[in-house]
Amino acid sequence: MDGPHDLGGKASFGPIDVDSPDYNHDWERRQWALTKLVGTPGVTIDWFRHALETMPPAVYLSVPYFQKWNVNNMALAIDAGDYTLEECVTGKAAQPGTPPAVVSVDECEAMQRSLNVNFTRETDTAPKFQRGDTVLTANRPSPGHTRLPAYARDAKGVVLEHRGAHLYADAGARGDHIAHHLYTVEFPARDLWADAESPEDTVCLDLWEPYLESP
Amino acid sequence: MPSFDTKNIEQIHRELHTHLPPDPALRVKALESLLIDKGLVAQESIDNWIEMYAERIGPKRGAQVIARAWTDPAYYDRLMEDAGQAVKDFGFEGHATEHTKAVENTDEIHNLVVCTLCSCYPFSLLGMSPIWYRSAAYRARAVKEPRAVLKEFGVTLPEGVRTRVWDSTAELRYLVIPQRPNGTEGWSAEQLAAIITRDSMIGTQRDLSLESA
Repeated sequence: MDGPHDLGGKASFGPIDVDSPDYNHDWERRQWALTKLVGTPGVTIDWFRHALETMPPAVYLSVPYFQKWNVNNMALAIDAGDYTLEECVTGKAAQPGTPPAVVSVDECEAMQRSLNVNFTRETDTAPKFQRGDTVLTANRPSPGHTRLPAYARDAKGVVLEHRGAHLYADAGARGDHIAHHLYTVEFPARDLWADAESPEDTVCLDLWEPYLESP
Repeated sequence: MPSFDTKNIEQIHRELHTHLPPDPALRVKALESLLIDKGLVAQESIDNWIEMYAERIGPKRGAQVIARAWTDPAYYDRLMEDAGQAVKDFGFEGHATEHTKAVENTDEIHNLVVCTLCSCYPFSLLGMSPIWYRSAAYRARAVKEPRAVLKEFGVTLPEGVRTRVWDSTAELRYLVIPQRPNGTEGWSAEQLAAIITRDSMIGTQRDLSLESA
């Protein structure tokens, strides 16, 4: 899907604020904590990302990162039928619940540690490519969520490494848990950009097998 | 359960945009109040998460991992082989580190990490990402003009050094191993960790200073 999130190579964003802090506002810290402490059951990481990509494009490009997370958390919960729009606007529950137990600092640390999710899966399918193979990426945008950025479409690269079979993001965004072989592919910058800075530079991406074919 | 329906979530986003107050501080306050009211989270838990992140997670972790790799050849080999496993020696595994890949700067290669599609980051090793890492400017430019980006960070690559930019498009996360500076022979891992900066582990810094970071 060609959404506003697919930023690689887009022009006119100006200089980078190299001295910016981790947070500008206290609410950003609080939103970070809320996102990590309260999830919507059934939401996959890929559906979370896809939902974020479907924000009105002008909003996506203009609001701070954690404002996107805030509205995305609400959108995901409304979509799943867990909260209503009115509850999100008023900040009041239609049916108040009982106060939950406090999660201690140590328990928060244990929660953080448990987020090292493994995305690899066993597969009987042999990988189609191996290290050193030249591959060609898909030349058209996927209709849904995808992790093949627009700038790397219809491009030739070389497989740097086969990473095993990983859960496929495009399927995860549809709630399906399917694995495909994943490869790190290196592309010469001059093949991606007409005005590449140096003929020696390269860009590496992690790409699933369905994005790739033999040239 | 989620609908996994693009049109549905798009419509919800449009409605939220129309009805929520524009001020993000008020929006977060509303969500926090709602979640507390629903009994899904306690206010103290939010405070505790923030405290945990501020005090226990941060770039000091990544620095310790790299300093050990510089001083312990067997650990270096394990880190290069499977960084996601190697960081478990320190108990530093966590948010997005399971498939961490260490990439090393050399006299010929400078590595730079970005996530053009969202803002993927090895949080449990480096802490919260800086705002610039999550900015549209960095996401847009790092893959196309890494040398111009590096210049804004004060880095000019020596002649003969090529850039290799890692766009984190799947669940692999990249940790740059900067070059160990001359003049640190015989230093302890603890001394070395003190000079390794967050930016050097993202790749927006190349040369480390012998002064503590």
